[in-house]
Amino acid sequence: MSGAYGGVAVAAVALATVLVGALGLRVSRTTDDFYVASRTVRPGLNAAAISGEYLSAASFLGIAGLVLAHGADMLWYPVGYTAGYLVLLVLVAAPLRRSGAYTLPDFAQDRLESVTVRRIAAVLVVGIGWLYLLPQLQGAGLTLRTATGAPRWAGGAVVSVVVAADVAAGGMRSITLVQAFQYWLKLTALLVPVVFLLLVWHGDGSPGGPAAVHATVTGGGTGPHPLYATYGLILATFLGAMGLPHVVVRFYTSPHGRAARRTTLVVLVLVGAFYLLPPLYGALARVYAPDLAATGDPDAAVLVLPERMIGGTGGGLLGALLVGGAFAAFLSTSCGLTVSTAGVLAQDVLPSVGVRSFRWATLLAVAAPAALTLSAAGLPVADTVGLAFAVAASSFCPLLLLGIWWRGLTPPGAAAGMLAGGGLALGAVAATIAGWPRHGWPQALMAWPAVWSVPVGFVTMIAVSLATRGAIPPGTTAAMHRLHRPEPVPPTPRDPAGVPRAARVPRPWRGAGR
Amino acid sequence: MSAQAGVPLAVCALACGGAAVLGAVLDRVSRAGGPRRRPGTSVACRVAAAGEPLRDGLGPAAARRTVRALRPALDAVAVCLTDTHAVLAWDGPDEGRRDAAMRDVRRALDEGRVVVTSPAPARLPGDDASGAVLRLAAAPLVAEGRVLGALAVHARADGPGLAREVAEAARWCSLRLELAGLDALRTRLRDAETRALRAQISPHFIFNSLAAIASFVRTDPERARELLLEFADFTRYSFRSSGDFTTLAEELHSIERYLTLVRARFGDRLAVTLRIAPEVLPVALPFLCLQPLVENAVKHGVEGRPDHGRVTITADDEGAQARVVIEDDGAGMDPARLRAVLRGDGGPRTGIGLANVDERLRQTYGDAYGLVMETAPGAGMKITVRVPKYRPGVRATPTGTTPPRGPT
Repeated sequence: MSGAYGGVAVAAVALATVLVGALGLRVSRTTDDFYVASRTVRPGLNAAAISGEYLSAASFLGIAGLVLAHGADMLWYPVGYTAGYLVLLVLVAAPLRRSGAYTLPDFAQDRLESVTVRRIAAVLVVGIGWLYLLPQLQGAGLTLRTATGAPRWAGGAVVSVVVAADVAAGGMRSITLVQAFQYWLKLTALLVPVVFLLLVWHGDGSPGGPAAVHATVTGGGTGPHPLYATYGLILATFLGAMGLPHVVVRFYTSPHGRAARRTTLVVLVLVGAFYLLPPLYGALARVYAPDLAATGDPDAAVLVLPERMIGGTGGGLLGALLVGGAFAAFLSTSCGLTVSTAGVLAQDVLPSVGVRSFRWATLLAVAAPAALTLSAAGLPVADTVGLAFAVAASSFCPLLLLGIWWRGLTPPGAAAGMLAGGGLALGAVAATIAGWPRHGWPQALMAWPAVWSVPVGFVTMIAVSLATRGAIPPGTTAAMHRLHRPEPVPPTPRDPAGVPRAARVPRPWRGAGR
Repeated sequence: MSAQAGVPLAVCALACGGAAVLGAVLDRVSRAGGPRRRPGTSVACRVAAAGEPLRDGLGPAAARRTVRALRPALDAVAVCLTDTHAVLAWDGPDEGRRDAAMRDVRRALDEGRVVVTSPAPARLPGDDASGAVLRLAAAPLVAEGRVLGALAVHARADGPGLAREVAEAARWCSLRLELAGLDALRTRLRDAETRALRAQISPHFIFNSLAAIASFVRTDPERARELLLEFADFTRYSFRSSGDFTTLAEELHSIERYLTLVRARFGDRLAVTLRIAPEVLPVALPFLCLQPLVENAVKHGVEGRPDHGRVTITADDEGAQARVVIEDDGAGMDPARLRAVLRGDGGPRTGIGLANVDERLRQTYGDAYGLVMETAPGAGMKITVRVPKYRPGVRATPTGTTPPRGPT
């Protein structure tokens, strides 16, 4: 019964995504209307789009699963995911927009005038994109299996196909609107059920406490070195958000640096509001579904709660809403990641330019992680995302922070730093995915690489830059000016009478004889 | 402005040919008696390469790099580059020679030929015993038929060899300067073309707009005033002098103004549809690269037609690119004639606009980004422009859409 609801919900979300993508062309575009060009993407809409793209399977399913399995320590995940935007807001958002770069490789080339650095950045972007796509597809498999009993690979396959088809066909042209829609869908999908669940919980006499001891460690989580792991998590999430390819490209849409900063501020609010909800699910799951922690599928906690607590048609419908929300999470994040990864692949890796190469790049961008999904089924969703953050934090965080705030950065320094930090983090991630060190400190060091790989990235970048002072790009001063000087925000056009032009009502075309 | 592919190729060809000649000359010189050098071509290559910095013009920095490379290549004691009235760079022991250099090269500058003399202190301090005497050869640097400066070489070698060597080296440097001049010329030409395009707001358009505005002055003064303001804003944007690039938002803004004015004239005969994805508004692109296309669409879509015409402008987000499509349902054009227009030998004004836009897009973004036009007689025309969202060096000059006007 719930299987049918779940299937319908998945189909509905997939259809809605495609439809908004296609019809949104009409909605988001102004037709026969004046002053079209002054209608930029407002910070609010852009922020919802960024949040929609950012809140992935890890947020929707993973956090509740981790809270269920490991308790309150795991609250660092939502804190970190949100705080990453604080760092982005304070140090990066406005200068990054002013640089005029669309992708991270663009930024690298723009600031350092080096094609080599650009190439390295491109490879890292593709690596991070794939690594981040992996848990989305995994989560989709889990969701579809929980909802309909389909085999584990089916969900990943559905998402891969929908995303690849949508992106390759150009259906994401109105991507801002689609992603903003997905944010509100996800928020609704978590918010509505949680209200009912809390009512039920209250009706049951607010049970609590005892469930806290039920959890059995099933791998993942912080492991045997919780303090170290927590620091690793904090570093990776605080510093990694700025290096995620699909987040960075959204800033380009802001008309100027100030709008970029305002957008980030709204993102903080939206993301923060969203992250209040998953821990509630985790806490409720500790009360009502503690067995999931033992059976090895804590990530499914969010999905099974309505059925366990309410049951019947109501539970089924709420469950279907959650399944739909989860699918929205996979689709939006995967689409965003695929677009930006494919963009970099088409521009920097594949030879020719044009629509066709973008389509090949899209296929490649989706196929690689889809293939990887089959081999790395064991890791919890939130952990894999954490690894992607760790790589981003070790490679792009030094590049962005030093590139924006330090004149002394040189191309060799940037290249060495990205290779050392990002390369080591990628190696650690590969080791973890392959399940190589299983116990003790080696396992912890490999599973939470940010603690050592971020400093390695920074130190290498600074040391090599200092050693190659002569290689400071000649345009550095000009580039720094560009990044930091607030651009003149277009003044409100005035006409000679001193009446702001904006006060005039934008009017539709009218015939001559009015 | 990136150099066209042909120029580096030509330089290479010239360099190879010249190097061979110079090599032969130097080889003979060295065989004739001077100290045996390493096989001639390598010296020739070094001499040829030494002049490369001058590709950017005769400035102190380029001159410094050139003389530093020339001195070992020519096996000289000192090498000096001057312009017509001052020393630009000197490499070698000084002892007051540098100050005398201008006097030394004066004759070469005035007569435009190689002059070999003895420099003021004829010996180097260490050479007194060996009896080696210094000679000074000065050769003019000539580009575009004018003497721009001189190359002076102090060397122990003597005879016709030195004069020939220095003359050849000076020729090499002159060639580089000539190319630099060519570059400057090309830049100027392009600027002139863009300026011409700016000034190309067609007289018809001005006349028609003013006539249309005049027709509203009595019946609808408020509208006439607004149209006049649109006209003022439109001309200000089109005539603006700073910056090669603008944002899609500003370009579209200007197009909207243009269309307002055109609509004032045509009224219901012209229907316009704008579908703009707000994501691509911040994209930087060459100044005035869409305006001529819209003008073309209006011209072919409506003018000279009794019934209604429609112009559609669409801007889409395509990942790392933005796509702008300008479409009309007018008379269309024979593709063969269109090709002729793009080659630049088609017809009057409109052709210049389209060809200029096409060329500027290709120059900025490469040949993959030229205009794509689809048309046939009677089938309207569809022009597609693709621009990458980021390209190094392409940066919109941040001017507000409308700088504040003085109180008039």
